[in-house]
Amino acid sequence: MWTMTRSRARTSGLRRTPARAVARLGELFDGYLDPARPHADAYDEMFGEDASVRAAYRALHDSIAPSQVAELTARAEALDRAFVDQGITFSLSGQERPFPLDLIPRVLTATEWSKLERGIVQRVRALELFLADIYGDAQIVRDGVLPRRLITSCEHFHREATLLKPPNGVRLHVSGVDLVRDESGTFRVLEDNLRCPSGVSYVMENRRTMARVFPDLFARHRVRSVGDYAVHLLRALRNAAAPNAADPNVVVLTPGVANSAYFEHSLLARQMGVELVEGRDLFCRDNVVYLRTTEGERQVDVIYRRIDDDFLDPVHFRPDSVLGVAGLLNAARAGNVVIANAVGNGVADDKLVYTYLPEIVQYYLGEKPLLPNVDTFRCWLPEERAHVLDHLDELVVKPVEGSGGYGIVFGAQASTRELNGLRRTIRANPRGWIAQPVVQLSTVPTKVGDRLAPRHVDLRPFAVNDGNSIFVLPGGLTRVALPEGSLIVNSSQGGGSKDTWVLAARSSTVDRELAEPGLATSAPASPAAEQGPELTTSQQQQQQQQEKGA
Amino acid sequence: MLARNAESLYWIGRYVERADDTARILDVTVHQLLEDATVDPDATSRQLLAVLGIDAREGASFDVWSLTELVAYSSDHAGSIVASINSARENTRGAREVVSTEMWECLNAMYNAVQERQAYARVMGPHAFFTFVEERAAMFAGLADSTMSRDDGWRFLVLGRSVERVDMIVRLLLSRVADRASSPGWVTVLRSAGAHDTYLRTYRGALDASRVVQFLLLDRLFPRSVFHALRQAEACLEQLDHQPSVRVGARAEALRLLGRARSDLEFLRPHDLLDDLPRRLKVLQGTVRDVGEAVSQQYFHTAPWVAWTNAEVV
Repeated sequence: MWTMTRSRARTSGLRRTPARAVARLGELFDGYLDPARPHADAYDEMFGEDASVRAAYRALHDSIAPSQVAELTARAEALDRAFVDQGITFSLSGQERPFPLDLIPRVLTATEWSKLERGIVQRVRALELFLADIYGDAQIVRDGVLPRRLITSCEHFHREATLLKPPNGVRLHVSGVDLVRDESGTFRVLEDNLRCPSGVSYVMENRRTMARVFPDLFARHRVRSVGDYAVHLLRALRNAAAPNAADPNVVVLTPGVANSAYFEHSLLARQMGVELVEGRDLFCRDNVVYLRTTEGERQVDVIYRRIDDDFLDPVHFRPDSVLGVAGLLNAARAGNVVIANAVGNGVADDKLVYTYLPEIVQYYLGEKPLLPNVDTFRCWLPEERAHVLDHLDELVVKPVEGSGGYGIVFGAQASTRELNGLRRTIRANPRGWIAQPVVQLSTVPTKVGDRLAPRHVDLRPFAVNDGNSIFVLPGGLTRVALPEGSLIVNSSQGGGSKDTWVLAARSSTVDRELAEPGLATSAPASPAAEQGPELTTSQQQQQQQQEKGA
Repeated sequence: MLARNAESLYWIGRYVERADDTARILDVTVHQLLEDATVDPDATSRQLLAVLGIDAREGASFDVWSLTELVAYSSDHAGSIVASINSARENTRGAREVVSTEMWECLNAMYNAVQERQAYARVMGPHAFFTFVEERAAMFAGLADSTMSRDDGWRFLVLGRSVERVDMIVRLLLSRVADRASSPGWVTVLRSAGAHDTYLRTYRGALDASRVVQFLLLDRLFPRSVFHALRQAEACLEQLDHQPSVRVGARAEALRLLGRARSDLEFLRPHDLLDDLPRRLKVLQGTVRDVGEAVSQQYFHTAPWVAWTNAEVV
């Protein structure tokens, strides 16, 4: 009944692929548009329905299509070597592996991006207000918009954090919004990551490495830079400090070298020029957090923690945690330290709360969400649960707490026994499960063996809230499911990544061409035009906040 | 600076130096065994293992290959070259934000290449592996020299390197104290320390035990001499001390130990050196151990782990 059937019908009607277009493709794209491929239902980001190349990818396609397989392979090897030598790896079950980066970038046009950017900013603003409310007076519950049971039954709702107000009001210093593109090409939000979203280091390193390996591609495109993420993050963290800290001492708190995202923690600390600390480097005394240094102790004002709430403070949460700092939460409550992201954010990225996001956006902002959710059935509502149990074999069932792609069941691929087991599990704990129709994620050409094949991708843009405005890093992390037909992109499940390019607005490209030798006598390219969308977004936000304050 | 990072830097200094020096010592011993048929391989190997502090297996007799296998390639025990490389890299990984990217990539590439170099050396002879280790260590020292600020981080790195250097030269000398004064073994000692050319130029080719020992223990100018390394460690500790307000005696235990060891050597009559050499070397070795402990107590405050298992609200 939902999007699935609708879009199925539409795409199958369009699956006729003109033969001449296939013949035109270079050998790298052999068989790419084969109508029998398992990805045929999905929206391909490079090729349109009539096998023409979409505008965003035209220059990329034209430079890659004529190249030899050997050349591409050589570049792929150069990429891998660069990653291993730089130690850009993630650990999987204790083993260090290079994070697989695919050669072919994913391209977003300026128009697509500015739409996404506005949608993400709106979402983060609404979620900030939601968190402030939930850990404050819970007005939204009093007004009957959300059932109280929804909040209190959430595993990541921490009563320890109620009435703990951060000095500048920001709880979502960094958020990652997972987006997918459905069969019609519409971007939808799959889930929010509001606790410690990771992956931004791969965005920066992918770009740096790609620019080394494909200098000519970058020369042909005008790609918006991702290099200044750390500047924005540091500003947000410094702004978060209590107002009496003149020169706030910011640290990054990592679980340690064994953590899968350790590389990212150390990269961020290095780029911000702050200390990377483990729990054992910190201690609390009289509600003040200190750092152990070779010259005694030094007070810490802001902790950008990359440790889950549960492990953060053994006094309040898991008593057996060796990663956290005893007394941290009390110090935060006393106003002597700021924890970023705030404790208890998990209540806002719960997958069941996610289904109420349209109501949340409407309630706090009086707006419609700019980015739609993926249609979701809530197993805790009796009529929707009945539907899920009846249609289990065509849905994807997900645990509300899950991350990393663990615990997800594709009904169509599960055996009858597994489905029966799942039915029992859902009946026993309906709050713990949601179900969604299978969304065929969009595909992008990906190097598989010695040719390019379509593979499903998602997108995780990162937003940084510094209290004055919300900055969205242009692009974000594109994860790609490497096994054929797979829809799970998590790196823990055999996923890779792609460099994500947001093209600068067309006007700026024209400016640049005008500024080239020979034509340079005309007026110099206006710098304002180049940062067009960015400037307006932050201006808008500031203005809106001013209104609220007034 | 963060105490844990200081500790890491200190150990990076030590491990890189240890890998380098072990490669040098082993290189010379292996080639002495190969070139000189009169040397007993088993006895020489066991002597070397004793000096390096590696447990020798009972029963089996050692030859060049099994010695190389154990001291260079094995990662089962802490004294081998490969184990030192692993530890140096592991420490750097935990302290990425205080070492430069170049230094990290140098050690990481070294770590990644070990397998391949080892396989190559098994076919082509161990010398290729030793050269690889020595070159990488030299590269690391050069990169540290040209990319690190001369702040406390640098001082901890150099402190570690100097302390390890004293330890390794002492071990090297201990392996030869039983030799006759005219034994050709003394040339190998010089070669191991990379001091052969410098020595020949300094003493115009005259080779005898007392001069070799004098050169490696007391020379003020040669950077691998014990005296030079002690002085350097002392200088690092002095600069690390930011409150020079104590007016009597040494301010810290580590500094006191180093100063005493250094002045012992400094004011020793050169011709008394060979008398009682083994005891003197043992004392130096003990000093190195104590310095390590004192430094760690003074700077690397480790927190005792507190269990919160019964933290219930009363």
